[in-house]
Amino acid sequence: MGLSTFEGGIHPPEHKELAEHSAIVEAKAPSRAIIPLSQHIGAPCESIVEIGKEVKKGEVVGNPGGFVSAPVHSSVSGKVIAIGDFPASNGRMVPSVVIENDSKEEWAPLKDDPDYMSRNADELREMIKNAGIVGLGGATFPSHVKLSPPKEKPIDAVIINGAECEPYLTADHRLMVESPKEVVEGLKIVMKVLGVKKGYIGIESNKPDAARIMSEAVAGESNIEVHVLQVKYPQGAEKMLIKSILDREVPAGGLPMDIGVVVHNVGTALAIYEACRFGKPIIERIVTVTGKGIKEPKNLKVRIGTPVSQLIEEAGGFIDDGPVKVIIGGPMMGFAQYSLDVPVTKGTSGVIAMTSDEYEPTEKFGPCIRCGRCIDICPMGLMPSMLSLFSEKGFYEDCKEYNLFDCFECGSCTYVCPSKRPIVQFVRLAKSMVKP
Amino acid sequence: MVAKKKEHELIVSVSPHVKSDVTTSGIMWTVNIALLPAFIFSVYFFGPRALIVTSLCIVTALLSEWGFQKFTDKDTTITDGSAVLTGLLLGLNLPATVPFYIPVIGTISAIVITKQLFGGLGYNIFNPALIGRAFVLITWPRAMTTWMKPDAAFTSFDAVSAATPLGILKEEGLAKLLVEFGDKVNLYTELFLGHRAGSLGETSVLALLIGACYLLYKRYITWHIPLSFIGTVAVIAWIFGGEGWFNGDPLIHILSGGLILGAFFMATDYVTAPSVRKGQIVFGVGCGLITMLIRLKGGYPEGVMFAILLMNCFTPMIDRNMRSSVFGARKQVKEEAK
Repeated sequence: MGLSTFEGGIHPPEHKELAEHSAIVEAKAPSRAIIPLSQHIGAPCESIVEIGKEVKKGEVVGNPGGFVSAPVHSSVSGKVIAIGDFPASNGRMVPSVVIENDSKEEWAPLKDDPDYMSRNADELREMIKNAGIVGLGGATFPSHVKLSPPKEKPIDAVIINGAECEPYLTADHRLMVESPKEVVEGLKIVMKVLGVKKGYIGIESNKPDAARIMSEAVAGESNIEVHVLQVKYPQGAEKMLIKSILDREVPAGGLPMDIGVVVHNVGTALAIYEACRFGKPIIERIVTVTGKGIKEPKNLKVRIGTPVSQLIEEAGGFIDDGPVKVIIGGPMMGFAQYSLDVPVTKGTSGVIAMTSDEYEPTEKFGPCIRCGRCIDICPMGLMPSMLSLFSEKGFYEDCKEYNLFDCFECGSCTYVCPSKRPIVQFVRLAKSMVKP
Repeated sequence: MVAKKKEHELIVSVSPHVKSDVTTSGIMWTVNIALLPAFIFSVYFFGPRALIVTSLCIVTALLSEWGFQKFTDKDTTITDGSAVLTGLLLGLNLPATVPFYIPVIGTISAIVITKQLFGGLGYNIFNPALIGRAFVLITWPRAMTTWMKPDAAFTSFDAVSAATPLGILKEEGLAKLLVEFGDKVNLYTELFLGHRAGSLGETSVLALLIGACYLLYKRYITWHIPLSFIGTVAVIAWIFGGEGWFNGDPLIHILSGGLILGAFFMATDYVTAPSVRKGQIVFGVGCGLITMLIRLKGGYPEGVMFAILLMNCFTPMIDRNMRSSVFGARKQVKEEAK
């Protein structure tokens, strides 16, 4: 039997070799932490501090603005010195709290609980919610929402996503290699909260060491399976991962919970364990700092709020003075940055500095020659060529005929297009012009 | 005050930040290269006339594309290889003996009328080279159906006229064809190697397959159109091509005429063929049916050109009605059917 996979997908050059063997090291705490009040999908937080207030490490600085939201915490101990709009990695200005680090590293009181597994589902869910945990793979959907399925949608399987299909990124890889037990514990907590009997861990076959170590970690657990997946982008997209492992398809416009599945990233699983075991909120995460423009590619454990410029320094700085493209996230879906002052947030999985021989220079795009490559590889089975043609001509309503809103903007079509058409951007334009 | 640190130049653009190295012009030039064996064979078999006819087509293609784009104030695209490809394909679709104004006028109608007036690369409805050929075939039917024997010495401009195998098959029947070529094995061999009368580039199946295999290997074309096209021709030839039913000779029909050239290099044209794979199979089958309808019942001995052009008309309809199946909708459809 071949490796589990889905239909379509692409094989961009991986470049994981740059950082996959460097062990996670702790980055210096920032002298000033910029904590955006919106680091997740859903309602932004409301600040509960004012300028001049002393805060401790792990103290809440923003309360959730609704159910689909997650609190944010201070990643350092010190004094609030500014509250206002600051540039964030998505290119927008986001209300943020700036905290000057007093370097005392004083923690807010945490609820240490070695016996966390004896707590009931509601208590565990509450701890996860209070720890501000969101999808750390990059989607940043608040985790407690995924753990609160409505009664009419019974869940029967939990998948931990260790595919890490974006090129360059190795944070999840290192995390599985270095903290396998904690990831499995996190999975068991999720299974307990949802009352699920079956757990899966999906890992792409380009991480054989991670697959081996995770298999050893689940050796005693008869209800947890490690699935090795074909290396293919976007294998780590929720819908693709579920198709690969369980051969179930999330219906168009639906959610994984509609077919009884909940997916969490490995980083999220670890954070869930730490939240339940130690009461620790998300104040740090693993970030891969890599790319050919970086002197010493690394996997760093970084405080939320650390400016990107500091991470680049910790990784030896840029290789030369030439122009670089600095991307936050992966090269397929990440954002190019115009300032290095933006802070690391909960969703920052990587910082990639690309030199001119890695990134595609911006060029004029040509007409669609209808070669059908995008149709062949679209993981959602769409016709990206038609979407781009309609959108280019302003026929946004017609895009709906071609399932516009099923596109999750993985960028595979834009990767393969021989005419270098910005298909994803045409799709985004159309989505912004019509209602679903 | 601290000295301001030198700002690093940052490149900002939209995702994805990596792209495959396949480009439109790369594809076009590769198809040109894949046609080189057929071109070289044509010069070998038909002598300097082959070289001149094809060169005229390519030069005219470049000049007319450049001229039109100059005239309409557009950026020139003559380096992308698509104009060269149209010229080359049209040249390979002409007989060696045509007067030299025919390749020129055919190419102009291909580039200017069929390609540029419809909006240029990507917007044409019909295969430009085939429209060019249809145009000159209808305008100068005699010149376009006068074929020469493929034995011209390279230095000789003299031509001995001869009929194409499909022409003989249509007018005089299989028996006469076997007399011409000896026995069946000899006939197949000569057809495969290309030692027969016909359009410049269509005769050598061997040379065409070398190029086609290269394109298949590069995945610039897939099996869908060629296989369904040739398969349909074979089945129809077997059922209706002989005396009585199920008695025809599919191999003769596959190896002669412009089928191999058409199926691998012209019906697979991205712009004018459906882009969804299952639609391509419908397209290929349609091409095969029309080809055999013309070959067996029509006024012309060969029908590949008209078959592809007619199916080009159906391409938008096929693409609209045979869409890709959307993820998440597939299983539901099955359940509804139950």
